[in-house]
Amino acid sequence: MIAWLAIALLVLPLLGILLSAPWPQLPGLLLAPETLQALGLSLGTGAISTLLCLILGVPLAVIMARSVAWSVLPRRLLRAAVTIPLVLPPVVGGLALLLLLGRSGILGRYLAQLGITLPFTTGAVVIAQTFVAMPFLVFAVEGALRGADRRVELAAASLGASPFRVFRTVTIPLVAPGIAAGAVLCFARALGEFGATITFAGSYPGITRTLPIASYLASQTNLNQSIALALVLLAVSVVVLLSLRDRWLPGVRG
Amino acid sequence: MRTRRPAVLVATVAAALMLTGCSGVGGADVPSPSRSQDALKGTVTVLAAASLAQVYGQLATEFEKLHPKVTITQSFGGSSALATQIVQGAPADLFATANEVTMKPVTDAGLTDQTPIVYATNVLTLIVPPSNPAKVTTVGDLANPAVKVALCDKAVPCGSAAVTLLAAEHLRVTPVTLEQDVTAVLTKVELDEVDAGLVYVTDATTAGNKVTQIAIPDAANVINRYPIALLKNSSNKAAARAFEQFILSTTGLAALKRAGFGTP
Repeated sequence: MIAWLAIALLVLPLLGILLSAPWPQLPGLLLAPETLQALGLSLGTGAISTLLCLILGVPLAVIMARSVAWSVLPRRLLRAAVTIPLVLPPVVGGLALLLLLGRSGILGRYLAQLGITLPFTTGAVVIAQTFVAMPFLVFAVEGALRGADRRVELAAASLGASPFRVFRTVTIPLVAPGIAAGAVLCFARALGEFGATITFAGSYPGITRTLPIASYLASQTNLNQSIALALVLLAVSVVVLLSLRDRWLPGVRG
Repeated sequence: MRTRRPAVLVATVAAALMLTGCSGVGGADVPSPSRSQDALKGTVTVLAAASLAQVYGQLATEFEKLHPKVTITQSFGGSSALATQIVQGAPADLFATANEVTMKPVTDAGLTDQTPIVYATNVLTLIVPPSNPAKVTTVGDLANPAVKVALCDKAVPCGSAAVTLLAAEHLRVTPVTLEQDVTAVLTKVELDEVDAGLVYVTDATTAGNKVTQIAIPDAANVINRYPIALLKNSSNKAAARAFEQFILSTTGLAALKRAGFGTP
């Protein structure tokens, strides 16, 4: 019974979008240049962010999985550091990024001397998305690593494989489903990213105005346009999540 | 929810009329904290334009001192976002926007309890970080592609004012960002992340020495007129009307003037 209530809470708002969608005008709204531009930007930055999360996140997940052997304090600090983007309001995350990487930020001022300014660029969108989406990948991969049979790795090592070779040819294939699941969740989270992006990267059509930002701005003047954009986001997320095989989803063993 | 309590509404409206002495709104007398007004209590929810945050904050504190049983809860944001919230049923007692266009959806939906009262005006000003990294001296400099400019999106009043201003000056400006409200533009200039921004003169005043103001000649400037209105679905009309009267009183208008607002 309570479970049904939970399902209702999760699903009914989405149903609200579907029911109030301006279906007759939808094709026009969806094919509007601003919509396509925002969709293209969102898909592109989401894909790059996911790739970055994979490159940076998988090694981090390995360290996280091995940290069981550490003493309590560093282990908890590491876990907290990885969890923070999940619980921090994204706008605060964006502000933090601005204070670090902005042109007068702690690191940003040195970048600026090299002629690199990040805020208000598509690169900033990618950084903001990577920041908020990384934990999804790390936790998915870490879970898979913990569940993996370490004896296979030990066997490979005992047969003379180097640690890197063990990682590449044994560990990675072993946790591939976890990596795939993490990447998909990561991509979905990056697509929906709003607060950190608008704070750190700003909002300019074609450069930093992703689908969620376009949808929010549209909601101020043209609710139909906003709902149309929200539908696109919803559709992409649903397709992405349905593409996952059950056993790749966190918490499902099959 | 509220429509199920017509009796309560009638009672509160009647009380409001009695308490304010049936006054035509927009009067300039200071509402003295007479004994009868001490009957005011409860919460007044105000949704107001981001540019009003400072003044309304002060005025709410003063009002609560005069009427200790009243709590003023305020939410500030882009006028159009707030208007959407009200049309979608957000519970509020008073609504104050930064121009008349953004008030319109609410009046059109029949959600205001009175004709909105215009009580203040605001104009745009050019702000730059104190170090003025791009050496901006006039609005004309905004057209220089090397100058990083932050503007409000045209969906919000400060953005539509900026578009009108730049068009009047025949300037083609390519901003690096179009922000969702005026405070976001101010923050970006304060943090020195952009070279210049167009904000209301009141925001520049609030920011003090964190930004440098470059006045825009009056002739070129766009004047935003600020309306306020009581909302039909208000659940505490007596106190809401009293707070509105307080904003429109000489005390309120003086505070607005200090913050840089003009008179309509």
